[in-house]
Amino acid sequence: MSDFPFLSVLTVAPLVGALVVVFLPRSRPELAKQVALGWSVLVLALSAVMWVTWQTGGDRFQFRESYPWIPNWGVNFTFAADGIALVMLMLIAVLVPLVILASWHDADASKRSVPVYFALLLVLECTMIGVFAAADVFLFYVFFEVMLVPMYFLIGSYGGHQRQYAAVKFFLYSLVGGLFMLAAVIGLWVVGGKTFDWQALSQVDITTGTERWLFLGFFLAFAIKAPFFPFHTWLPDAGGAAPAGAAALLVGVLDKVGTFGILRYCLPLFPDAAKWFAPWALALGVIGIIYAALLAVGQNDLKRLVSYTSIAHFGFIGVGIFAFTTQAGTGAVLYMVNHGLATGLLFLVVGMLIARRGSALISDFGGAGKLVPVLAGVLFFAGLASLALPGTAPFVSEFLVLIGTFTVNKPVAVIATLGIVLAAAYVLWMVQRTTQGTLNPALTEVEGMRRDLNLREKVVVAPLIALIVLLGFYPKPVIDVINPAVQATMQDIDRTDPAPSVGNVQEASR
Amino acid sequence: MNELQLPSIDYGALAPTLIMLGAALLGVLVEAFVPRRHRHLVQLSLALLAVLAALTFVVLGADDRLITIGGAIAVDGPTLFLQGAILVLAAMALLLIGDRTVERGGYFVAQAAVTAESAEDRRQAEAQNGTTEVYPLTTFAIGGMLIFVAANDLLTMFIALEVFSLPLYLLCALARRRRLLSQEAAMKYFLLGAYASAFFLFGVALIYGFTAGTPGRPAGVDFATVNAAVAESPASPVLLFGGMALLSIGLLFKAAAAPFHVWTPDVYQGAPTPVTGFMAACTKVAAFGALLRVFHVAFDGARWDFTPVLGVVAVLTMLIGAVLAVTQTDIKRLLAYSSIANAGYLLVGVLAPNSEGISGTMFYLVAYGFSVLAAFAVVTLVRDADGEATHLSRWAGLGRRSPFYAGVFTFILLAFAGIPLTSGFMSKVAVFGPALDGGQAWLVIAGVLTSMVLAFPYLRVVVLMWLSEPGESTPTVTVPGGLTSAALMIGVIATLVLGVVPGPLLDLTTGAAEFVR
Repeated sequence: MSDFPFLSVLTVAPLVGALVVVFLPRSRPELAKQVALGWSVLVLALSAVMWVTWQTGGDRFQFRESYPWIPNWGVNFTFAADGIALVMLMLIAVLVPLVILASWHDADASKRSVPVYFALLLVLECTMIGVFAAADVFLFYVFFEVMLVPMYFLIGSYGGHQRQYAAVKFFLYSLVGGLFMLAAVIGLWVVGGKTFDWQALSQVDITTGTERWLFLGFFLAFAIKAPFFPFHTWLPDAGGAAPAGAAALLVGVLDKVGTFGILRYCLPLFPDAAKWFAPWALALGVIGIIYAALLAVGQNDLKRLVSYTSIAHFGFIGVGIFAFTTQAGTGAVLYMVNHGLATGLLFLVVGMLIARRGSALISDFGGAGKLVPVLAGVLFFAGLASLALPGTAPFVSEFLVLIGTFTVNKPVAVIATLGIVLAAAYVLWMVQRTTQGTLNPALTEVEGMRRDLNLREKVVVAPLIALIVLLGFYPKPVIDVINPAVQATMQDIDRTDPAPSVGNVQEASR
Repeated sequence: MNELQLPSIDYGALAPTLIMLGAALLGVLVEAFVPRRHRHLVQLSLALLAVLAALTFVVLGADDRLITIGGAIAVDGPTLFLQGAILVLAAMALLLIGDRTVERGGYFVAQAAVTAESAEDRRQAEAQNGTTEVYPLTTFAIGGMLIFVAANDLLTMFIALEVFSLPLYLLCALARRRRLLSQEAAMKYFLLGAYASAFFLFGVALIYGFTAGTPGRPAGVDFATVNAAVAESPASPVLLFGGMALLSIGLLFKAAAAPFHVWTPDVYQGAPTPVTGFMAACTKVAAFGALLRVFHVAFDGARWDFTPVLGVVAVLTMLIGAVLAVTQTDIKRLLAYSSIANAGYLLVGVLAPNSEGISGTMFYLVAYGFSVLAAFAVVTLVRDADGEATHLSRWAGLGRRSPFYAGVFTFILLAFAGIPLTSGFMSKVAVFGPALDGGQAWLVIAGVLTSMVLAFPYLRVVVLMWLSEPGESTPTVTVPGGLTSAALMIGVIATLVLGVVPGPLLDLTTGAAEFVR
């Protein structure tokens, strides 16, 4: 079973689904939705088989496949997954069907084609899977850039207020990072002996100056993507304008490409530069945690608020990565998964609230819990998960990051802890102003606010809640997958000059 | 006494050029003897057949590597590849030029000599079929370009330059609508082009003087002599530098590189759109083919002298093209500035001191040619009662009115912006890679930075088409006839295929990247 080409099939499958969906007649939108949902569930099933097939404690990279693409430049379709990529692939496979289900009526209101909306979601899934599954730097770059196109149209065509501005800003910011990375990718190809293969490139020794420039090229792209302070300004706009489902994918998965890229490319390929830049990266992370949390407290727009909380969380992930301990690194990767679940849930629930009220402003709510108690309860839960309450999954990861960081860098850990306090402030205050307190009389006049969660919406939130609680109490299966990959990454960094012989490296990667 | 020896002529290797020039002469006869109502069909068929025949000979002679007619013409890998590229792109351009369904009677005026904007002029714009002299003119231009990329000495190159430039000046003046704009464009192009040719010729003279002192060789302007002179001539390098500079001005003018680019937006805007497409695709191939040959064959030894200067020109070109593209409000002018910026990226490939640079530049030329012809094909389709609606505000909401063509144009714009899975991305990698490999990192950085700026105008058009609401004045897209559809589809499919499987064309360019001396 392990010979099955999981990764390439997983990448191509959603694309085929998208082609099917887009050619369905425009007059039968329900059919398009059902096909899209069915297709994404199929992808989920396949990923579940892959998860079972994964050999914990086996090779660092599994499911490797390679086919020639552009022989003149040494470009191959090489796919391989390590533990970090595997958990991210699972996260995508879980989130996409839920997002499709949650977005069931999102496209109806707009004047645009409904099948195209779901086709775009499937194309997005294809590129997201591809970017995590690629083990060829060129292939990774291709997915990294192409990913922008479906997201651009999701925001620009189906988004809310200020969607044009947000879509263009999103595209340009990402493109700027991507082009710097393109220069670095080509540079890496030149110094690496004209190959794009990750395995081969990770053996190459680069002179210090070149290494730092290449690191910067990659890091800038990933820092914009993640986003880290001060490259974050596009996210609140994009997150605020995107339809809730697309926003959940944007923050839940797309942005993880940035942190994933740092772990997969910046650290192993440029270990010395990574160590040299680490203090700066840590500083950006810490500033992000505090600054974004403060801004989140001040937001009056629900989706923008959630976007700012994400920036704060990405600060935590950044700190975890650049602390360079296995504990903190594992915590950071686990955080990537948990944040996808928790913030994904939060975005979807907030989307449900906004769809009912017809407004995203917190001041338009007030005491909503009296009208829609179940929805308010889920919002409260999602908020608690987001502030990393013990018992929810994010707590485990945040705790791992903090203790992992504390052992090597006490001041950073202490300041980062302040972020937890601020998290409580922005989440609880938001929940209080929307669902608690006296009922806003304007709410009772809104037709939508009288409907609590229906069956479809319950099916959307139930798996996420279950996963958050489950991973909060028993994160071991995920940690077992992540830990060896993070350990291997940390060993990549500690590789000392001069160049190790091939034998040493094989030993180190074990 | 020396006997006068006739140079040996390899007619097989010259066949493509001879066919095109012969067809052009035949076209002149057709104008004289074929009845008016048959001329369009006869001329178009003649031109297309000639292109196909020439292309056949290029393919048949793909393995030729020789220098013929007394050293005037070099037939080698780059020559054959670039001739093939020019012919393929010219065939597409001819399809656009020959279309008479989109604009009734064709894009060209019936009688160019009628006073612009007069009553007579309006009548001919409404009712009469366009002139058919455009076909022999185009064929002459193609023939000149074929010689231009094959020229093995500077004088042949100059003659070829004139052979393909003069018809182009005329073609620019023949637009059916907006006659004054068209005539102004032609005038501007002609005057500046004449200056550029003069510079070129003066450069040739200086180079001739420079070669005079080479030991053991007579003076001359063939590339082998120049190359030897660069290495050994005791003459002052001032002659060499002056000659190189003046030659470059002539060539960079045709390539639309800054600061010799000022004609480009006006001419691209004023010329009939199919001719604009022809210039943007084929003239670029010809100009860069000549630049490659001059700098890789003749002046190879002076690489360290010209690279910094041309590098500055490349950076300036990219910068000016990208920054000024941002401010444009007319789609044809926007594409003109984009073409200027692309000339900058192509120069990066020319300056890469290795054969990968040559093959990358050639790949870029072909990929860009296909995309830009497709782009101008779409421009011909977006029109209202007064002809093409080129002002950007008129394109708002086009995606709603005509999703298919808006989608096609979006795809081409993404290719221009260098998004992966389009030929635009592959061609950027194809020129940046060798440049970085050759130690020209600063050019690559400049290329990347300007690409960011350039992405904005493209994106603005995408936003206009898809995310804006259609206004009262949003024109519909004319459903094109077979010719334009064919050209458009070829361009779009090539843009996609070269972006997904660039391997075969890269093999071809890599195999063709060796010049003969």
